[in-house]
Order: sequence, then C-alpha cells, then structure tokens
Amino acid sequence: MTSHASIFTRLSNHGYFTVGGAAFIALLFAFVFIQGGYLLTVMQLAMIYGLFCVGLNFFMGYTGQASFGQNAFAAIGGYGTAILCVEYGWEPLLALVVSMAIAGIASVVVGYPTLRLRGHYLAMATFALGLITYDLSVQWTSLTQGYMGYSGIPPLGLGAFTVEDERAKLVCLMVILLIGLWVSGRLRNSRFGRALRAISTSEQGAAALGIRISHYKLAAFVIAALYASAAGSLFAHVVGFISPEVFGLQMVVVTFTMLYVGGIGTVLGPAIGAIIASLLPQILRSSGRFQDIAYASILLLLLIYVPKGLSALSGIGRSRPAEPNTNSADRKVVHRPIQPSTSKTAVGAE
Amino acid sequence: MTAGGSPLPALIEVNGLSASYGHIAALKPVDLRVEEGEFVTVLGPNGAGKTTLLRAMSRLIASTGKVKFKGQDISGLPTHHLAKLGIIMVQEGRGLFGDMTVRENLLLGAYGLGSSGHETERRFEQVFRLFPNLRERAGQVAASMSGGEQQMLAVGRALMAGPKLLMLDEPSLGLAPKVAAGILNTLGELNRNGLGILLVEQKAPLALKLARRVYVLSSGSVRAELPAHEIKSHHDLARFYFH
Repeated sequence: MTSHASIFTRLSNHGYFTVGGAAFIALLFAFVFIQGGYLLTVMQLAMIYGLFCVGLNFFMGYTGQASFGQNAFAAIGGYGTAILCVEYGWEPLLALVVSMAIAGIASVVVGYPTLRLRGHYLAMATFALGLITYDLSVQWTSLTQGYMGYSGIPPLGLGAFTVEDERAKLVCLMVILLIGLWVSGRLRNSRFGRALRAISTSEQGAAALGIRISHYKLAAFVIAALYASAAGSLFAHVVGFISPEVFGLQMVVVTFTMLYVGGIGTVLGPAIGAIIASLLPQILRSSGRFQDIAYASILLLLLIYVPKGLSALSGIGRSRPAEPNTNSADRKVVHRPIQPSTSKTAVGAE
Repeated sequence: MTAGGSPLPALIEVNGLSASYGHIAALKPVDLRVEEGEFVTVLGPNGAGKTTLLRAMSRLIASTGKVKFKGQDISGLPTHHLAKLGIIMVQEGRGLFGDMTVRENLLLGAYGLGSSGHETERRFEQVFRLFPNLRERAGQVAASMSGGEQQMLAVGRALMAGPKLLMLDEPSLGLAPKVAAGILNTLGELNRNGLGILLVEQKAPLALKLARRVYVLSSGSVRAELPAHEIKSHHDLARFYFH
C-alpha cells in the first residue's frame, strides 16, 4: 500500500494527474461529441447525475451527513416539470424553476424535524423519505400517472428557442454542470462552506465557535434538494419521459457510487465520478456476461487504492508540508510577547 | 469594585453546576467564579471532573445548576450563543479542523465577526504577532503541523473570536516542556492585557505561576479554593486530592 501511495504521490506532485485528468476528460468529450449516438445519451445522463451529485456533496461531503433520500427531491423536480409542462403548457425553464422552489420548500418542511437525528438514524429517516416519495409516485396516479409515467415532456428551451439537437443538449447540460460546480466551489471556500466543513469534522467544535449547527445542516440539505430537483427536471426535459423507476432506489445507489468514486467532499469529485461511473459500464460492454463482475472489480480497486476518490489524485501531497511531521520539541517554536501598545486592543482583551 | 462601591458582577459565576454520564455523577454540585481579568486555574488528578466542568460550562454536555456571565443568567443558552457572548473554549486535544489550513481554522475562529474583513485582518495580525509560526504556515493543513504548532493554532483560533473569557482544557498536554511553557507564558501575557482566563491543567507548577486563584477538583467536587501562592509543593496538592 505504501509503495502504491508513494507512486501516486510522486505522480501527483509533478502535476501529472491534474494535466492528465483534464486532458483525458477533454478527449473523452471530443470523442463522444464526434462519435455521437448512444454515447451522447450516456454523457448527457452523466451530466445530469453529476449535477445531482454536486448537490448531494453539499450535504454528505462538505457537511458530513448521510442522506439516502435525495432522490425524493429529484422526483419532485421531474414530476413538477412534467406536470407543469404537459398538463398546463408552462415554459420548460419556468417549470424547472418553480419545481426547484417546491423542492426547496419540501426540503425545509422535511428537513427541519428530520435533521435532529444523527448518523444511522438520519440515514434511515432519509431513506424512508425516498421510499415514501417512490410509493407516492406509484400510487398517486391522478397526479403522477403511476407506472405509466409522463411522456411528451418538451425539450429545454425558452419561447421559440428549444434545444433539440443531441449535441446541443450535451453542451447545454455541460454548461449547467459547470455553473453548478462553480457555485459549489465558491460556497465551499466561503464562510458558509467553512462552517459546513467544520460541522463535518466536529459538531461540538463548530458550535463552540458560534456556528449554529441545525441551521447550517438544514441549509446544506436544502441546497442538495435544489440541485436534485434541477437534475430531476433536466432529466425530464432531456429524455422526454419519466416514471417512478427513474427516481427509485437505483438512483441512490448510482449517485453514491459516483460520489465516492469521484471523491466525496471535493469540488470536482462528483462530476468526475458521474462521468467515470456512467461511461465505465459502456466501456466494459465487450466483456459480455462478465460485465457486472468487471465493473464491481474496478470499483473495488478504486476504493482500495484511491479511497479519497479520483479527484483527490491531483491533490495528493499538495497541502502537506515538504518536511515530515516532527515532534513539537524538534521544531523551533517562536512565541512573541504582546507589545505594550496593543494592551487594550490585544486579541482577546476586547 | 465600581466607583460607587457596589461590587461588579463576576465575569463568570457558577453555582451548583453538576453533570453526569449516565448514572455516574462526573461533576457534583460545583461553585466557581472568575472575576474580570482574572487568571484562575483548576487543578486535579485524572478523572477529577476538570474537563467535564469546562464542557458543562460551555453547554457541550447537559448539566444542571446556574451559570452567570457578567451577572446575566446564561444557564439555558446553547453553546453557539455562549461563543457569541465571548465565552470561548479551547478543547482538550485542541479540537482543530485537521483537513483545513491554518488560515481557514483562524477564519472559523472569527466566524462571529460575519463579513467584517477589516476586523478579521486586524485579528489575524494580532494572532500572527503572538505566534509567528502560524503566519509561516498559514497555507498548511492543520493536521500536518507539530503538536506545539497545533496548540498555538488552537489558542490563536480562540483569540480570533475576540473572547472575554478564555477557557482552556490542558493546553500543555502532550507537548515538550519548553513548548508548553511558551504557550502558557503567552496566556499569561494575554491575561495581563485584561483577558479573563480559566485554565484546567495537570502540570501544576506552570499553572500556579500564572494563576491568581486555584480551585482543586477531585472526584467531581471542589476540595479547595485558595490563592495560587499558597500551594508550594505537590505535597500540598496531594493533601487536597486525597483528603
């Protein structure tokens, strides 16, 4: 393990992973763009799942909480947009925004009591939320049309302008994902993001610094729900059809895999994980009936050798000091007395 | 005393504070006070309830009893509210956010300032003046620093919050004597500049040099409250620990 780690570290310190990774993703896009066909659809779905995972990362990665129920908010987005567009003839973009607002309100209503729970209890509560939503989408046929689902959902667009070409759809989704990543990166390194990450490390430690834990957890939950809802709406517009299965348990499993493969808690990890985990089964198709075994084996190897996710490869060793971590006694430690001039305004004496 | 002669309320005053872990009473009703600008040390053997006392005062664990801060009853307030009042605790084991950089940890200390960039920068400068090592390592991940530097960061982060009362739980734990002495001396400097400090320590000689008053805690109860200069040796302390 150590030798593998040192190889990764050496490669990473030279920036090979960053440059190589960026080049690989760019080539992949170029290939898919030129190739067209089914791979285009796979990549479109990867972008949508990527957006979902970027949101999930707020709650699970930055804040360190467990949620098995974000698919519920994707369902709200998907069904919201489908009903508003098909039944009431709304503009897709407006339907997407309104669905996000509904998902946001629902997440506050559900999150406020649920987020008092911690650890496994929170995981189970959110899991139940996903199951309830799935059951509603099956049983509430007057609203959701049950297993029949909704078809004929119009493509994304505004007024007379619609995005119908498959390549244009991919570009559009990529831009939306990049915006989602940009927002995620900005928030992660903001006061808000630091508070979330502090909660992830130690709730008590964060509270001792004045951070109101329950508010921040709820905020992260709502953000995750907004992203999930947007992903659900986009799915409906891109595919043109939704049914309860789209937002079922499979979605939870797939997005968890993406999050961990890409790197939970990192900015780019969710997107990288979504792309790799979506394309991998297509690449492994040639292995025929061993496809699932090959897929699972690769996931296992990734989890063993790159436990922090693929995106972490570019950051290994970066934030660590060049010198080894030594005992405090071995390092010169400097203390400076407080200057008399700062006596009354000195830190802590205010 | 005020000009009119009426006594000023204590910076913090604890009356009958008790806490338990399940059926085990870790802290029996304890009375304690720290005056404005005073340096008070709580000494006691392992398992005396020192950490529990600080955690109960910070509301990190459930407790019963009264706690007043500058005369205001704060017994029912949650931890994050106490931090806003200026009651800041440096936890045992430093409680740093290991994956974050030194700068990010310090920024979290200044969380209560909101988006006041100018004030944050001013406090940065003051912390860096006290602990120049932190300036050099501002971009370094906290977990990768030495124990001494981590403790400096823990104190520095607490100072970023602009505390009125700084409570420290064994800041010298696991440090080389010279490094521990440096950190405690810095606390002494801060106290001379008016900061109220409540220090929980096992290293009695260091703590006694700085403190004005000492509480001796044993088996969850206060065994003695006396001026620090009255404790001359370990023998004096042992007398309270085991009586």
